[in-house]
Amino acid sequence: MVNQILVFPILFPLLSAITMLFFRRSVAIQRIISILSSFLLLAAAGWLLAAVISGGMLTVQVGGWRAPFGITLAADLLSAVMVAASALIGLTTVLYSLATIDRERERFFYYPLLQFLMMGINGAFLTGDVFNLYVWFEVMLISSFVLLVLGGTPVQLEGAIKYVTINLLSSSVFLAAAGILYGMAGTLNMADLARITPHLPQQNLLTVVSVLFMITFGVKAAVFPLFFWLPASYHTPPVAVSAIFAGLLTKVGVYALIRFFTTIFSHEAVFIDEVLLAASALTMLSGVLGAAAQYDFRRLLSFHIISQIGYMIFGLALHSPLAIAGALFYIVHNIIAKTNLFYISGIVERITGTYDLKKAGGVYAGHPVIGMLFLIPALALAGIPPLSGFWAKFVIIKAGFQAGEYAVTGIALLVGLLTLFSMMKIWNEAFLKDLPQPQVEGNRYETMGFGRRLLFFSPVVVLGLVTVLLGVFFEPVFRLAETAAAQLLDTQAYITPVLGRVK
Amino acid sequence: MYSIILATASRYLLLLLQMFSLFLLFRGHNEPGGGFVGGLVAAAAYALYFIANGIAEAEKLLQIDPFYLIAAGLLLAVSSTMPSLAAGMNVMTGIWFDTGTALFGKVGTPLLFDTGVYFLVLGVTLEIIFSLAEGDLQ
Repeated sequence: MVNQILVFPILFPLLSAITMLFFRRSVAIQRIISILSSFLLLAAAGWLLAAVISGGMLTVQVGGWRAPFGITLAADLLSAVMVAASALIGLTTVLYSLATIDRERERFFYYPLLQFLMMGINGAFLTGDVFNLYVWFEVMLISSFVLLVLGGTPVQLEGAIKYVTINLLSSSVFLAAAGILYGMAGTLNMADLARITPHLPQQNLLTVVSVLFMITFGVKAAVFPLFFWLPASYHTPPVAVSAIFAGLLTKVGVYALIRFFTTIFSHEAVFIDEVLLAASALTMLSGVLGAAAQYDFRRLLSFHIISQIGYMIFGLALHSPLAIAGALFYIVHNIIAKTNLFYISGIVERITGTYDLKKAGGVYAGHPVIGMLFLIPALALAGIPPLSGFWAKFVIIKAGFQAGEYAVTGIALLVGLLTLFSMMKIWNEAFLKDLPQPQVEGNRYETMGFGRRLLFFSPVVVLGLVTVLLGVFFEPVFRLAETAAAQLLDTQAYITPVLGRVK
Repeated sequence: MYSIILATASRYLLLLLQMFSLFLLFRGHNEPGGGFVGGLVAAAAYALYFIANGIAEAEKLLQIDPFYLIAAGLLLAVSSTMPSLAAGMNVMTGIWFDTGTALFGKVGTPLLFDTGVYFLVLGVTLEIIFSLAEGDLQ
């Protein structure tokens, strides 16, 4: 049964994490299992994507209990694409971790935790049930809590307190909203909700619930004004952890927003869209302005995560097929480019010994190739053609003009310019200018062996290549995004495969 | 403080409580009980033994690091999804075999899952108790 491949992206990370627990004394075996499982996950995700493209939406009724009574797993094109992107990031992060994570963290279950995190993320993308989504969020968050504090340095703990507190708060809002929704609709199956919610008598209360969901996912996605936890925590853990958080965690929030406000609450569009539109403009602006003041490499990138989230929310708020397709393309582009930038910040730190841009410098003179590798995702993020970011911004802005939202579209253009300014700041400070103080003895980059260096650079090269390819082969990729957007806007296309009957 | 009454009693109680925990595990599918409660009762039995005889004795009795009980429990629980997957059914569908005997009745994958939970709970509880006890000694 081809449908059952749907569970592999959840099952593989889980099984490999459990297997690693048996080898807790042997880090070498854990590393091998991590690599194998990440490749398997990527293969399964690719298979899933291919199956969804060729055969349409896949569903699994877990335990054989029919929807809406049991738990449904469902993969439409959006879910399949997200799983594929996250599998790619998972693989590159494992490779990067092999080169960078210290022995102490490795011994304290770093690799199993990474797999549990992947399981949570994939589960969130694949579930077709609101309460189940809550559970996957928790799986993901608990793994991320531990990854964030692993090592226990004071700065990590300080960041983690903010991160954990705000996320627990948002989880409780999620739970409350799910409870109210269940009380009203009598079901939490997403397809069933999509069928029932338009006919519920208490439409006002439904608006309240949808705002609650917007708040909880807004926190996870770091939407204005709920973003302050992100730049406070993302620069504290090891860079591999920062990278996978930056690439995937906020995007799960964006995914949930898209899922809720297209599939489930689509009829609510008018009211929510206005709120989302205002939030997206402020998110873009506050992120990029916050970044302008930063001189810590990773903090600067963290603020850019926020401004980029703004573009995705902008696409969702416009709610036209073109805008949603643009938002989907933007998510994929951003997952790849942003993670890559974090990887490169780790490389720069290895070479110059610091994340502080004022103290760093001279990377381009000593290592011109690394400079080129940085420019690919940096220029993609700023939206320079022909890289993926240009197309992503182009489509969103075109959709903005089509919808007549000139003010917010103007902000989006301005933010693109400021992003370029930010990237050039990094380029000038870390790459172009001379190293202010000559390197002290014991450079941790020069002492790396060839194998480690290969693991260190392969993720950057692979993701850079994907960024270029996404730009060059924009046409077919975007057609895929358009199909996914059409699926999202046609609720019946989601309801029928899950519930198995048309009503 | 060593009490000979408690130490002697705990040996018999250990056996009794373990039997009771297995009883709870097996009746769990249709009546109150199950892997979680069973695991807790089994852990309580070891905790009692440890209070009476000290941590070293309890660890010697258990022989295995509780951490591996956690891993084994997880693996057992997850493996209960495999038969349905292999049979091409919806994942986690319960598969039952009628043994035909009055003692065992029907045995199926949910029992496998419950056994996994049993070991998981036992392992987690013992891991916590042993870590606390070791922290206390230092």
